[in-house]
Amino acid sequence: MERRAFYRNGTLPWLLIGPQLLLVLVFFYWPTSQALYWAFTLEQPWGGGNTWVGWDNFAAIFRDSEYWTVVGRSTFYATVTTLLSMAVALTLAVFADRALKGTKLFQSVYVWPYAIAAPAAGVAFRFIFAPESGLIGAINQMWPGIWNPAINGWQALGMVIVCHAWLGIGYNFIFFLAALQMIPRSLSEAGAMDGARPFRRMMDLQLPLIAPTVFFLLIMNLISSFTDSFGLIDTMTEGGPFGSTEVMVYKIYFDGFKGFDYSGAAAQSIVLMLLVIALTIIQFTWVEKRVHYH
Amino acid sequence: MSAISLSGVKKRYQKNNVVHGVDVEIEAGEFVVILGPSGCGKSTLLRMIAGLEDITEGEIAIGGKVVNKLEPRERGCAMVFQNYALYPHMSVRQNIGYALKVAGMPRAERDAKVLKVAKSVSLDPYLDRKPGELSGGQRQRVAMARAMVREPKVFLFDEPFSNLDAKLRVAMRAEVRNLHRSLGVTSVFVTHDQTEAMTLADRLIIMNAGVVEQVGKPSEVYHNPASLFVADFIGSPAMNLVRGFFGEDGYFRHGQGGMMHLPGLGQGLVSREVSLGVRPELVQRVAADAKGAMAAVVDYTEELGASRLIYATVDGSRLIAVDTSSDALGTGMPIHLSFAAVDAHVFDHNTGRRVDLGDANSAATRARINA
Repeated sequence: MERRAFYRNGTLPWLLIGPQLLLVLVFFYWPTSQALYWAFTLEQPWGGGNTWVGWDNFAAIFRDSEYWTVVGRSTFYATVTTLLSMAVALTLAVFADRALKGTKLFQSVYVWPYAIAAPAAGVAFRFIFAPESGLIGAINQMWPGIWNPAINGWQALGMVIVCHAWLGIGYNFIFFLAALQMIPRSLSEAGAMDGARPFRRMMDLQLPLIAPTVFFLLIMNLISSFTDSFGLIDTMTEGGPFGSTEVMVYKIYFDGFKGFDYSGAAAQSIVLMLLVIALTIIQFTWVEKRVHYH
Repeated sequence: MSAISLSGVKKRYQKNNVVHGVDVEIEAGEFVVILGPSGCGKSTLLRMIAGLEDITEGEIAIGGKVVNKLEPRERGCAMVFQNYALYPHMSVRQNIGYALKVAGMPRAERDAKVLKVAKSVSLDPYLDRKPGELSGGQRQRVAMARAMVREPKVFLFDEPFSNLDAKLRVAMRAEVRNLHRSLGVTSVFVTHDQTEAMTLADRLIIMNAGVVEQVGKPSEVYHNPASLFVADFIGSPAMNLVRGFFGEDGYFRHGQGGMMHLPGLGQGLVSREVSLGVRPELVQRVAADAKGAMAAVVDYTEELGASRLIYATVDGSRLIAVDTSSDALGTGMPIHLSFAAVDAHVFDHNTGRRVDLGDANSAATRARINA
């Protein structure tokens, strides 16, 4: 039997959900509906309203080989960022889990980066990676010109990826550590009695048991690296050099607000949205079906 | 099969002393049970033998080799955990065979060995199931099979039956006993259940608050407890313990003006604060005019079926007696109780240790044990 609370006053419930509803409407449904409107229309050459063009905008971006290059780069960016961030976080979590002393401290220290806004982190990392003066710049004194992300596209992409991965480590760490601490200590001890060394125990016992968490983080990280990279790229490289750090979100911004191709940008953001929706669906189906161990 | 030798073994967590120096020799092939109340350090001691806890001080040797610095896998011990600690994502076959897989044994050989061990504990029909699909008793057997498959030099059991119901516990006890008889592997078994301890052990190690109170055969520990703690801890119902002292006249004084005549017991103990211990089954109901009869008042009785326990007060001191008669006994009824001086144990109240009575008296006690 379901128990529900009823309100006698008809307006009170609306007042209660009003603020949240307003936020969702203004910041999600309104922009989304605008994007949909632009994605299926084209502004007339001399202004004066939009014309319905059906799937033409989508056809145009899909025909564009440059768009596919950007999609490929985004996929690469998302995959490497996710794997890097999760691998580092998992390693740290395994160590923190083993040496329980000070775990509380690690929990707070590692989660700090997550609280830093992407543009702020971008500026900080720009200094760290600056070829003339930064920490990495020191290697230019030994081998002049070997490090310069302002010219070398791969170095620029790598720089943004490292920064993005770093931002996510704290979040991943907290989830990994919590999952690892849920595993009874005696399981690991049984593994030790069975002769397995720490690395073997991690691969054979801990990883399979935290698989649901790994999968959850995988999807969350992928979504984040597809959609949250704008702040970083805009402050660190502005998509350059020569478009080598231009990923899907940045291209949307660039085409829309720099190139004034609203319709093309809107179509691209619908594609990105569908991608995120697909990842979310995979996430939900997995969560529903995930294996529970007793 | 290996002997285990503990000398001066201590465990300290930060400032917290958990085990205060244990010296015990466990012979090869022996089945030793460490018994004590929870928090007495018995599991810690076992885990130090296994290598799961560092040894703060002292030395542990297995088969004559000091293992203090060795990893668990290098010590040749197998352990059965309290909550079984089965790998939930692996089948029974994989659980049992994991140690062999880690050791790099080829698959065919491994499977054959797992099957053999599984058969010996009648698990062969369940090899492809996951632990979550098994009953408590079956999980327990998987844990045992996992320990057996490695053919260890030493078996360690950490309260393995505490999650089982009473009936299954008795059955598993028999299985462990048979297992030990057929394999003859040195075994150390930790429990807080005295029935389990008494029935399984070749020898008992009784621990309290990080200290070994007594080491001995179950019968020795029962009939000759070395301390007040052991006297009180072993046996159900617990031993009667009456606090008092022996007067110059040789009478034992206790409670509110109570006097007991216990010939030969008080020598050399005059005025020392002691506790007198006697097993309830050695306290008898007697006629009022019998020798050594003490007037008592029944407080209440507990029916056990074959017998009943009489809780009575003798001059302000509580005495429990086992009674097999079917007389009606109500609260407040006067009865008479007595026990033989040879059946009494004397403990120094301040040190808690047994007072060795020397002479003829303890000889008589020893004769009783051997009989």
